Amino acid sequence: MSEKMINAEVASETEVKADSALTAMEQKDMQQVNAKDKVMKIVVQVLLYLFLGVMALIVLFPFYFMLISSLKTMDEYSLSVPTLFPEFIDWNNYVEVFQNEDLQLGRLFGNTMYVGIVSTLLSLVITVLSAFAFARLEFKGKNVLFAAMLGTMMIPGELFTITNYITVSQLGWKNTYTVLIVPFLVSVFYIYLLRQNFMQIPNELYLAAKVDGTSDLKYLWKVMIPLALPSLISITILKMMGAWNSYMWPNLVANDAAHRLITNGLRNAFTDAAGFTDIPVQMAAVALVSLPLFLVFVFLRKYIMKGVSRSGIKG
Amino acid sequence: MVDNKQSWKAWLYLSPAIVLLLVFTAWPIVNTVLMSLLEGYNNLGAVGGQTFNFGIGNFTYVLQYKYFLQCLANTCLLCVITVPISTILALLIAVCLNAIKPLQRLLQTIFFLPYVTNSIAIGMVFAAMFTMIPGAMPGVYDSVGIINNVLGVFGIDPINWANTGSGYWENIAVVSVYIVWNALPFKILVLLGGLQGINKQYYDAAKVDGTSRTRTFLRITVPLLSPMLAYVVITSFIGGFKEYSSIVGIFGADMGPSGNPRVLNTMVGFIYDALATEAQGRASAAALILFGIIFIVTLINLYVSKKKTHY
Repeated sequence: MSEKMINAEVASETEVKADSALTAMEQKDMQQVNAKDKVMKIVVQVLLYLFLGVMALIVLFPFYFMLISSLKTMDEYSLSVPTLFPEFIDWNNYVEVFQNEDLQLGRLFGNTMYVGIVSTLLSLVITVLSAFAFARLEFKGKNVLFAAMLGTMMIPGELFTITNYITVSQLGWKNTYTVLIVPFLVSVFYIYLLRQNFMQIPNELYLAAKVDGTSDLKYLWKVMIPLALPSLISITILKMMGAWNSYMWPNLVANDAAHRLITNGLRNAFTDAAGFTDIPVQMAAVALVSLPLFLVFVFLRKYIMKGVSRSGIKG
Repeated sequence: MVDNKQSWKAWLYLSPAIVLLLVFTAWPIVNTVLMSLLEGYNNLGAVGGQTFNFGIGNFTYVLQYKYFLQCLANTCLLCVITVPISTILALLIAVCLNAIKPLQRLLQTIFFLPYVTNSIAIGMVFAAMFTMIPGAMPGVYDSVGIINNVLGVFGIDPINWANTGSGYWENIAVVSVYIVWNALPFKILVLLGGLQGINKQYYDAAKVDGTSRTRTFLRITVPLLSPMLAYVVITSFIGGFKEYSSIVGIFGADMGPSGNPRVLNTMVGFIYDALATEAQGRASAAALILFGIIFIVTLINLYVSKKKTHY
């Protein structure tokens, strides 16, 4: 649009300057430049879409590969010339995943959901209370404490793991749900995120509520939580995704059949003692594990993207 | 303004967070430094009443240990390969996305999709894509894997990427491809957000002056985007030095192709191995070295970006 306008302006200026002495030759030249510009623009747009299209296909390919492979028989999967779509759609792989006794998919799903929900709820309570204290209340040492907490965000988690492993062993928490929930309840980042959000709510509201004799908790519940709901939803999703994707800590402290989480179960299944892997069945399991994440993404994309762009942390 | 009632209440609200942080964050920091300075510390021995000398033995041991140096080299190599590739690719995609109108949202969603995945699970998909299916006879393969099939279209002979007997650089290539694929969504999201925040007037001014596209990109887009670029580079270096689960996803807990376990192990993997063998002193020393590296790399990044960044 703007380019056209500028061209028009330039054209009219030239017209004024050259008066009516503008030759036919010059006019033709100008039209050619305009046409050239337009062609260039279309070529660039085509190239842009071509590049983005190819990249999008590359990004999507693993998902496509996972889905078609999960519907193939092992024989078809092993063909030297691969089929782009299964010749015979074999749902048996999915049945096999559910019936696999080593995997116990139902149990893994249940454990992961339980750990995810309990730790999210507790974590939300702790985060809201702490963020409220930092955002609204005055107390000695507030800034020092807050700075110290932010400082710990720089330290890689593995540094904590070594001691935490000893601590939970001494507490007798190994192979319990507690060990999967309690050590990670406090996230300094979530407290920071929510505090920023709370601080945007005008203090006058709080003072007015105080004058009316409203208790802190009621004010939190009735005013601050509804206003900060988008942040709380982001935190909830990221925390749930964290439980769904966690691998290292559960592998270390709770890798027994009763408490095993989904990712740990998935990685070690489907390879028999001889090292043979039934890839189609494995892909079916991967698809089943990815499905809930995909659904969350489809429905709550906005909140995930908002939370993620501010954190830079996965899960 | 500070009245006693408020401060009493504040500490009450903060108490659950503070108790948990003291036990699971503050104490580990102190204890890790302590353990790293007790030579050959292991918790089993400590419980049994064994005493340990004070010194820097754990650090010197770890730094002379060939296996640790291999893990360190793997980690640095993966960082050096994947951070520039993923950043440049993400920048290209973000700039292109910003330049189109129809389908922009759809493509944006597609490019974000890899973020919302389980890195172990999708690692297994990548492993399958690169793995050959052995046939009845050794050395003969029923299927060479989809990636080799695609490369075959371009006349490239099948490469043993991840099977038994595969080479180090082939393994590194597989892991790098996966890490880049995994790293793109976050970077595209942040960079596109930055691009959309750039004032359009700069571009209009450049157009009036007849500036070329390349020059506009290098002189307007990149400088105005530099805070976002710095942020993306710093976070991906930090993430890169903590690389672990993408390798577990592809090669399993063995951290290497069958017949050659641990060859791709990383710093974090080393720490977990040391933990599993109850060598907490060494694990602590390794963790502190990792922290030191991340700290220094972040400082360098901040220093460079301060010089080059326009706010």
